Amino acid sequence: MKIGVITYPGTLDDRDAQRAIRLAGGTPVPLWHADDDLKKVDAVVLPGGFSYGDYLRCGAIAAQAPATKEVIRLAGQGLPVLGICNGFQILVESHLLPGGLIRNEKQHFVCKDQKLRVENNQTSWTNMFEKDEEILIPLKNGEGGYIASDETLKMLEAENLITFRYLDGNPNGSLNDIAGLTNKRGNVVGLMPHPEHAVEPGFGPDTKTAMRSGIDGLKFFQSVLQQVVNA
Amino acid sequence: MPKIIVEIMPKQDLLDPQGKAVANSLHRSGQKEISAVRIGKRIELHFEREITDKDLEEAKTQAANFLSNDVIEDVVAVTKED
Repeated sequence: MKIGVITYPGTLDDRDAQRAIRLAGGTPVPLWHADDDLKKVDAVVLPGGFSYGDYLRCGAIAAQAPATKEVIRLAGQGLPVLGICNGFQILVESHLLPGGLIRNEKQHFVCKDQKLRVENNQTSWTNMFEKDEEILIPLKNGEGGYIASDETLKMLEAENLITFRYLDGNPNGSLNDIAGLTNKRGNVVGLMPHPEHAVEPGFGPDTKTAMRSGIDGLKFFQSVLQQVVNA
Repeated sequence: MPKIIVEIMPKQDLLDPQGKAVANSLHRSGQKEISAVRIGKRIELHFEREITDKDLEEAKTQAANFLSNDVIEDVVAVTKED
């Protein structure tokens, strides 16, 4: 099962995403932003970082890259796509997901382990979670404040397109505590927190059981592998 | 040098955290009569030749679709300067 990970100039977490895919049992395939060949992968991850130095707007220039154009085209045909942090910003700039992401309410870059509630477990990337499951994964961003028009927010709520909500405090001023979204088809998911940093015991968030034992991020990647196998 | 100037502002009803931080700083330096600050962008597109109406039309399209994001920003003006 091949899952592509696109590297843009300024991407940081591409190797972490590749490692997460490997730990979940998939084969990571490195993809390059300037190349419109996605190498027949079964799913794509747009990883975190600061593509093109966050120039113009976070994700705006990456949304124009040849690899992204191909992701947009194939997402329309059902290709599973996960955008993490900067990847989420690229997805909204590509109009694969609605709304926008602006600087955190209190101006500060936030880096912490963040509790989330899984609101929608019917997507390509969340089907291994229970509905309303509470998970803990790292969050690290400066521009993670989710905004959208009242009309869009109503649509997101009514159609159950909010996949994750922040719990125990909203870290960045996101409207309706939105941490992540999906599209109507459920194949595209974007979120600000980083599941790929919580996939291996010893390297994840602290839990009640043991230090750094949190691996709640692993299910994102297992979900898409399971879906691709069943398809 | 002929240029097209694109001016972009964050939407009126949106919180502009950058503007707010600058306003707070201005207040601390004694300028309490400034009620708010909003910070936008000015983008210059330079040309080596005279700018045509077509260039201006193309710039307006790029301003709406790429240089700004209509979820969070408004294009205030796209103007030609010789």
